[in-house]
Amino acid sequence: MAQVFPKSSNTLSKASIVVAGLVVAALGLATININRTTYVNTQSMPIDQVVQFTHTHHVGSLGIDCRFCHFSVEESSFAGIPPSKTCMGCHSVVWKDAPILEPVRESYRNDTSVEWTRVHDLPEFVYFNHSIHVNKGVGCESCHGRVDKMPLMMRENSLNMEWCLACHRAPEKFLRPKDKVFTMGWDPVKELGVSQEELGLKLKEENHVQSRTNCATCHR
Amino acid sequence: MKLHHAVFLASAALFAAACRQDMHDQPKHKPFTGSVLFKDHRSARPLVAGTVARGQLMEDEHLWTGKIDGKPAETFPAALAAHFGGGADWQARMLARGHDRFQIQCTPCHGSVGDGNGMIVQRGMKRPPSYHIDRLQKAPPGYFFDVITNGFGAMFDQRDRIQVEDRWAIVAYLRALQLSQNAQYADLSAEQRDELDHPKPRTEGQSHSTEHGR
Repeated sequence: MAQVFPKSSNTLSKASIVVAGLVVAALGLATININRTTYVNTQSMPIDQVVQFTHTHHVGSLGIDCRFCHFSVEESSFAGIPPSKTCMGCHSVVWKDAPILEPVRESYRNDTSVEWTRVHDLPEFVYFNHSIHVNKGVGCESCHGRVDKMPLMMRENSLNMEWCLACHRAPEKFLRPKDKVFTMGWDPVKELGVSQEELGLKLKEENHVQSRTNCATCHR
Repeated sequence: MKLHHAVFLASAALFAAACRQDMHDQPKHKPFTGSVLFKDHRSARPLVAGTVARGQLMEDEHLWTGKIDGKPAETFPAALAAHFGGGADWQARMLARGHDRFQIQCTPCHGSVGDGNGMIVQRGMKRPPSYHIDRLQKAPPGYFFDVITNGFGAMFDQRDRIQVEDRWAIVAYLRALQLSQNAQYADLSAEQRDELDHPKPRTEGQSHSTEHGR
């Protein structure tokens, strides 16, 4: 009887061990990278909301300050969502019958909440605090992008840990003067004629900004 | 192992890796997170009637209502000095804070000089009265505080978004605006008069630097 396995199966069986290892590694890599895509983490995708609120109009065209609505951003971990009363301040007069605004009117009438969907939803084991970032000179734009150019709110950045760390390792790459934190489209070269690095290092020194990379800084 | 088994296992591994969100979505409430436990779907519960939070006793009628014995106060509450850090220049700090808060909260309707020509007015809102009319020039600080706190006419109350001391700071800045918009030549210092009489021609650099603010 002829042998079941030809001699070449020796080589094949040895090679298959290596190939199996490679396949596992490739699958692992694929998993990690698929999870990092904007498709999976919904970055850059407008999120469905009950009211199609537009920052382009309110921030870009009207020039309303971020803090008009996000009033607790300087004192609290949470930036703040205004009561429906704040919307009604204008929208009881302007666009007062617009069907698009019915959820806001309903909320105001019945004292119920407009059920917004959180766009920047950090994992629950991350303890983020808006006030410290804003008070140390991290601009809204550095994390949230050009909100004044977002007709519908979307996440500009991944919010992956490596993204947080990029700034926590080298805050000077993003720091701005404290009075420019809420300005959109601020550019140190255009406005002050200095490079971001030069300005950042100066501000880091002046405002006692430290590089924070200890796990317990964010994970408590 | 057949090929379709391998494909199935591989895709299962991919899905499983993407689906474990237990740690990401813990059964805890961040501010304003919805809740299925309560009828109104709010995890943030309203205070039980009669609850007094720390620092919210509101004993100081002058500070919290802008009134003294039920009448609009002619003065600013004494408690502000401590809030704005005391010392010789606490009033300057209060004015700076008031300027800042005015720019954020008031200018959309009232305009940056308080003449009632804010951006929103240009888009169809009713024009609020200018701060510089006779009636409001003569109104006491407590009156403005009351309007910010409780609203007036088409203006909704702003007390949810502007803390009590900041409301007073805005009133102080509003007073400064009234002064500046109605300043007379005689009120100016010799230096300022000179600047007004002999305006310097604007250089390109200067005109650029004035365009920074919104």
